Amino acid sequence: MKRSVIAILILTAGVWKVAAQAPNRAAIAGSKEDEAAVERGGALFGAQCGACHGTSARGTATGPDLIRSVLVRDDEKGELIMPVLRDGRQEKGMPRPGLTEAQMGDVVAWLHTLIYGAANRGTYEFLDILVGDAAKGEQYFNGAGKCNTCHAPKGDLAGIGRKYDPPVLQSLWLNPRRTRGGASRAARTVTVTPASGASISGTLESLDEFNVALRDSSGAYHSLPILNNVPRVEIHDPLQPHFYLYRVLTDVDIHNVTAYLATLQ
Amino acid sequence: MRLSGAIPVLLVGVAMASGALAQDSWPTYNGDYSGRRFSTLSRLDTTNVQNLSLAWATRFTGGAAGVGVRISSTPLMVDGILYFTSIDNVWAVDARSGREIWRYYRESKGDMPRTGNRGVGMYRQWLYFLTIDNYLVCLDAARGTQRWIVKIADAKQYYFSSMAPVVVKNHVLIGTGGDSLDIPGFVEAHDPETGALQWKWRTTPAKGEPGAETWPDEYTASAGGGSPWISGTYDPALNLYYVGTGNPDPVGAGTSRKGDNLFTCSIVALNPDTGRMAWYFQASPHDTHDWDAVQTPVLIDGEIDGRPRKLLVQASRNGYFFVLDRRTGQSVVSAPYVATVNWSLGMNEKGQPIPNPAKEPMAGGTLVSPPVSGATNWPPPAFSPQTALFYVDASEAYSLMYLTDADSRPEGFGFREAALGGGKSVLLAIDYRTGKPAWRQEWRVSTGPAGMLTTAGRLLFTGNGNYLVALDAASGAVLWHAGLVSGLSNGPITYLLDGRQYVLAGAGDSLYAFVLQ
Repeated sequence: MKRSVIAILILTAGVWKVAAQAPNRAAIAGSKEDEAAVERGGALFGAQCGACHGTSARGTATGPDLIRSVLVRDDEKGELIMPVLRDGRQEKGMPRPGLTEAQMGDVVAWLHTLIYGAANRGTYEFLDILVGDAAKGEQYFNGAGKCNTCHAPKGDLAGIGRKYDPPVLQSLWLNPRRTRGGASRAARTVTVTPASGASISGTLESLDEFNVALRDSSGAYHSLPILNNVPRVEIHDPLQPHFYLYRVLTDVDIHNVTAYLATLQ
Repeated sequence: MRLSGAIPVLLVGVAMASGALAQDSWPTYNGDYSGRRFSTLSRLDTTNVQNLSLAWATRFTGGAAGVGVRISSTPLMVDGILYFTSIDNVWAVDARSGREIWRYYRESKGDMPRTGNRGVGMYRQWLYFLTIDNYLVCLDAARGTQRWIVKIADAKQYYFSSMAPVVVKNHVLIGTGGDSLDIPGFVEAHDPETGALQWKWRTTPAKGEPGAETWPDEYTASAGGGSPWISGTYDPALNLYYVGTGNPDPVGAGTSRKGDNLFTCSIVALNPDTGRMAWYFQASPHDTHDWDAVQTPVLIDGEIDGRPRKLLVQASRNGYFFVLDRRTGQSVVSAPYVATVNWSLGMNEKGQPIPNPAKEPMAGGTLVSPPVSGATNWPPPAFSPQTALFYVDASEAYSLMYLTDADSRPEGFGFREAALGGGKSVLLAIDYRTGKPAWRQEWRVSTGPAGMLTTAGRLLFTGNGNYLVALDAASGAVLWHAGLVSGLSNGPITYLLDGRQYVLAGAGDSLYAFVLQ
């Protein structure tokens, strides 16, 4: 599950600035509705229905929220929505909208897309996540965070604000293990010490509760069972300082550092 | 003793009440009504578990192309037959050999999340199965033929059903999952003979009902979520069914539902004959992190300050361990069980954590522990009356939670999560009298929470990575392990056949049965 979340995050990061309420491409694609029809339907709805139902169809004091409407959610091909659009609901004060059949079809397509978008969190887009103070972020970077122990804004981080959209940037500096191609740059090493005999060190190939595998500096592969904590296994993870940060970081620190990194264009 | 198979449910009630009856079968989701997943079988124990070896392993194939089988159900074992499920499929399998006797298949339709299926309930010769598209199916246990099928919820509203039905007297007790759109949750009782609805208890109050004051208005409460998607537990002496309810809707954007939002994220006690609520305890007031409180409410007869007490224990998804008096719902112990929990301002006088508004999802991202998946999740915990310890596989991890819906009328989830690294899986053996771990097993690799089984042989079975692991229930020493084709995907069970004690575990699409050779 964690992997899929990050995959979605990277996939959708390019469209993070799009307004939240319009159905986005992911929602349109997922709902399998025609994009042009959805666009026309949204414009029609805003003009004809928005005054009561709101331009995002989430309702107002005078008209109900259609995303919560059982009828709208249950509709598959307009069979439930179209009769309401044709005739209105006089008893509830909804006039006949006076749309053509084709226009009604467009409104149906748009509503389907909204339902799909609300129900499928994989389609959700970030709001503006750059809410921090870049100057304070720089102070944290060079001060309490000790980020400058390993990183340099004109060195390894040069252009990082240009390379990644803010949500990805924020995830990556907090959790750099996820970096594509980052594994070799930040490979975990391991030292394995048997009950007797010399210890072996190398790059960690795999680890679980009962086995450790590594490759030593000569390229040789070693696999050792682990029973009752023998051999002793010590992992050296160059990224560990990032994970330790979680216990001390405030949300303000996070936002400030991200704002600072975003300035490294 | 040996179960006839005709009336397992009544026998389970007796077994639980006496607490001493030998239990050779596994006739309900949790083995008995208490939710302890403690077996009285003791042929297998700490001195011989090293000799446990494979009796059989069987891989199962599902019915629809493209839908992989994942056995997250806890099998029942009655009269030598195992009954278990995956989404759309129910199997009867010979418990001695792993041979498939029959398979029932029904293809579900709809876009609802295809999470999993936790198993069947049994009454006389009938099995009860919930489909992911919300039908309750009654099957003939001998042949796997469908006796009746009734619709219980609308998949177009993104309800989905995954729990193992619980049979209490002549009631089949069920609930649904679902929180992709704003919908009301419910618990229902159905007639085991006909499927007819007997009663329905809504997880959120109607206008004027108790709890309505914790919502802005009836409209918000009427689609306020609270889906109870895990099987509950039952105390025959008190005649109360205990079940946890899900998170409120909209899930992560709480602006339109100010208040505690009862009875979401709660443990509730219902009369199984009427559906009337006797009491409630809310684990997460005004939740905004998707931390339902559906984790098994385990019933234990314990002792607090030298006095015998009828208790209910839950390790909740929000990272807190709750001990309640199960007659009244009053808090006895409340304590965080993972060290990383960072979302609360402390505890109120009722034993509830007080949510910190600053830790709600924000546009810029909020660092929260536990993550959305929780400090634990659906994999069943266990309790051993021998060791007086409660066993749960916990996750010490963080994530970033982003508000994505800033509308005054948010819909659906309203937020999203970015997972962070460095998380740890920790097996905890918690002393229920204090909420503090008596021992902990920090796994080398974090593979998410795994189900638990404990036995009178002073053993604890669980999983980590692709291994089934046996530990000394008292000390936590690892005594035995076996590699599986994938990680443990269900709650392991144990049963006795022909004088041999089996341990059965699901891993992905396969079942593994181990015995002493």
